[in-house]
Amino acid sequence: MYSNYIDKKIKKVVFGILSPKLIKKMAATKIVTAELYDKEGYPVDGGLMDLALGVIDPGLRCKTCNGKLKECSGHFGYVELARPIVHIKYTKIILILLNSICRECGRLLVMEQEILDKGLKGSLLLKHLKAVKKCPHCEAKQFAVKLEKPYTFLEDDKRLTPIDMISRFEKIPDRDIELLGMNPNYARPEWMVLTVLPVPPVTTRPSITLETGERSEDDLTHKLGDIVRINQRLFENINAGAPEIIIEDLWDLLQYHITTYFDNEVPQIPPARHRSGQPLKTLTERIKSKEGRFRHNLAGKRVNFAARTVISPDPKIEFNEVGVPYVVATELTIPEKVTEWNIEWLKKFIENGPENYPGANYIITIDGKKKKITEDSKKQILEELKPGYVIERHLMDGDICVFNRQPSLHRMSIMCHKIKVMPGRSFRLNPAVCTPYNADFDGDEMNLHVPQNEEARAEAEILMQVQSHIITPKNGLNVIGSLHDAITGNYLLTKDLNFKREDAVQILYNIGVSDFSGLKKGKTVTGKDVFSAILPNDFDFVGSTKTNEDVIVKNGKLIQGFIDKATIGEDNGTLLRAIYKQYGEDVGLDLLGKVFKLGIQVLLRTGFTTSIADTDLPDSLINKIKERIEEAEKEIDNFVKDYENGSLKVMPGMTVEQTLENMILQILNNLRDKIGESVYETVSEKNSTVLMARSGAMGNFLNLAQMAALVGQQALRGSRINIGYNSRTLSVFPKGSLSADSRGFIRRGYRSGLKPYEYFFHAMTGRDSLMDTALRTPKSGYLYRRLANALQDIRVEYDGTVRDSNKRIVQFVYGDDGVDVSKSEGGLINVKRIVKEVMSNV
Amino acid sequence: MPEEIDITKHEFVPRHIKLTEEQTEEVLKKFNISKKQLPRVLKEDPALSKLDVKKGDVVKITRKSPTTGESEFYRVVI
Repeated sequence: MYSNYIDKKIKKVVFGILSPKLIKKMAATKIVTAELYDKEGYPVDGGLMDLALGVIDPGLRCKTCNGKLKECSGHFGYVELARPIVHIKYTKIILILLNSICRECGRLLVMEQEILDKGLKGSLLLKHLKAVKKCPHCEAKQFAVKLEKPYTFLEDDKRLTPIDMISRFEKIPDRDIELLGMNPNYARPEWMVLTVLPVPPVTTRPSITLETGERSEDDLTHKLGDIVRINQRLFENINAGAPEIIIEDLWDLLQYHITTYFDNEVPQIPPARHRSGQPLKTLTERIKSKEGRFRHNLAGKRVNFAARTVISPDPKIEFNEVGVPYVVATELTIPEKVTEWNIEWLKKFIENGPENYPGANYIITIDGKKKKITEDSKKQILEELKPGYVIERHLMDGDICVFNRQPSLHRMSIMCHKIKVMPGRSFRLNPAVCTPYNADFDGDEMNLHVPQNEEARAEAEILMQVQSHIITPKNGLNVIGSLHDAITGNYLLTKDLNFKREDAVQILYNIGVSDFSGLKKGKTVTGKDVFSAILPNDFDFVGSTKTNEDVIVKNGKLIQGFIDKATIGEDNGTLLRAIYKQYGEDVGLDLLGKVFKLGIQVLLRTGFTTSIADTDLPDSLINKIKERIEEAEKEIDNFVKDYENGSLKVMPGMTVEQTLENMILQILNNLRDKIGESVYETVSEKNSTVLMARSGAMGNFLNLAQMAALVGQQALRGSRINIGYNSRTLSVFPKGSLSADSRGFIRRGYRSGLKPYEYFFHAMTGRDSLMDTALRTPKSGYLYRRLANALQDIRVEYDGTVRDSNKRIVQFVYGDDGVDVSKSEGGLINVKRIVKEVMSNV
Repeated sequence: MPEEIDITKHEFVPRHIKLTEEQTEEVLKKFNISKKQLPRVLKEDPALSKLDVKKGDVVKITRKSPTTGESEFYRVVI
């Protein structure tokens, strides 16, 4: 391995056109016959499978380099064409050249001085050349050359043969080629017309042996066979002095075959087909498009030791674990080196074999031979096993893997998890890590990769573990936090719950705490005490709740305030970040896991549900709401009347209609907010929906108002609904009606149910937003991809400047303030909080 | 003809100042770069219309910034 010194370095790369001379020089042999194999099935000399072109059969040796299969990468051959052929990919350039040079003397149709004087460049020069009628050098008359697609050139309606083209191009002086922007050393125009065709090595077009022992040749070999065959016939006919028509026909046929050899999808010519009728896949198709070499093989690669399956949630596993089904665990393996210390342990895996978990699938002997473990080979393998062997054992709990969900838009899309083998057929992950992966469980699939050596495992473990990515570099906030029930649970717990001490101990034990020294002594303990029990003893924290009430933790005891989304939630978990900063990522993740489980455990014990009863309103309020709506309607009616008799006061910058719409919208929005408020005031503190909204777990008060009281105005594209029938939205309304009802105001709540027309309006906005998301997602995704690709090499240097890969400056101070966003909070340094923290420590 | 407007006086156009040789040297030294590595600005850029600049000059641009209030930027005239 280390003997591969770099003794030659690439200094430059030149792109050019192969000259006939070069083609012959790099060729190992000349191809003269379309025959592939003789009667014995041995490759024919001078045939397309000539042994000098490389080896594809095991056991044979290359005639050129004497290499075996895989040692010899193959060698080119060549075919001497009986008549020159236009290269289909160069037709456009050939046309330009023909129109740019003199048909008699081969000089450029302009004086060099004129180019300089007029500053002719690029397309401007070509346009000028095309218009020239007389050669400035030899005064010969010029005709315009036209390209009859795909490869016929016409000059003054007479056909221009490839022979004519070559003879013209050969006359062009080097200097004139340079003026046209080509390098005559690497790309002479006459090389664009083929006189010699390179034959690629057999290794680029290997034949496959079918089960029947029959050989099936590659598409390219087929095509080359056609070319060689026609070429031979053309040679024979020319030598025999056949009539011109026959020669022309064969020449055309050769042109067709060579064209389809390069590109079988040229418009206007029928694609060459197999006998089955399926088109041949020739050179261009090998490279082009999604299935081509670039996008399929180079940009997109496949790997081993990977698994993909549906994901499902499991709140009982840790954040940095992933549940792996047995079927996957017995298929994926980890190579374990046999030593004299672990040989007994590893023998058990071999005894279990590939079927029983935890077993092993293969062993690798000291000289690198891979042996499959089967029922029959087990015994023999166990006997020969000695230190130095490698056993590919099944995945086990605690093994390292890399877990990923596409699209991998940020670094948290690929994280390292510890494997936990479990029954079932799906990957299990803790719902809290859905956010960084942007995953849900409606059928999402994820990929899992198993690093195969110590270095890769160490790298994954040190750099990629979930706990190292709780804080996103985007804004320095935590992407992982408690969610849903976990927040509600902690809110209830720290707000006003009391437990008997034994119950508290039970709860703590259930979430994996076995050290109860942190729990306050006494017969009864408060929820705050229970929460405090999981905090580190010397932890001090000052923060605020969602509602801006103080939260104070002193010496690991929650002494004031309660826990909600603002302290343990995603994005704004201030308490989590404080722990993370003070005690490190491992403690941070562990505590987050405990907080999460504690919340769920509390809800399991106290019981928590949301029900229709949550939307119960007293009759008085229902009547009040009715009155409010009627009032608003009266108000609207008044405005409409004003509008109809033209006395409506027009607002600046608006038409009368816009003014009216604006007024009505304002009234209706006001109404909804007012009613929302009164619902909020009446509803009990113990209301589950309210609790969820208060804690920040899910929903808001507007949702409750929409369920209990009224849904409110439906907006379609920024305005009230105004499409449908002639001058009305639905046929149940009078024509021209501008009333609240007819324009999508829903005066009922979900609980009481919607009228048919209300339901229809609701469905309209629902469908509209659905369409909107369906159309916007791919658009913004592509936009982001382009942006990320354009910016991928830009980075912040050690001197604080932002530079590109050429070390050119993009920004003199990153973000103008040089703040490391990943170490800030939402891009800001919260000085106030730091001061508060420092002061409280005094 | 409408009245000619001096766009350099518009509040959206940040202040452009031509640097002296010494100041240019200082900037280049500060960031340890050559002129080639500076961001560029066209000589014909309207913001430079009131400045007497030639190719290779460096201009200092003082603009408003949402993070620091005011920020300095340098561009080389091409």
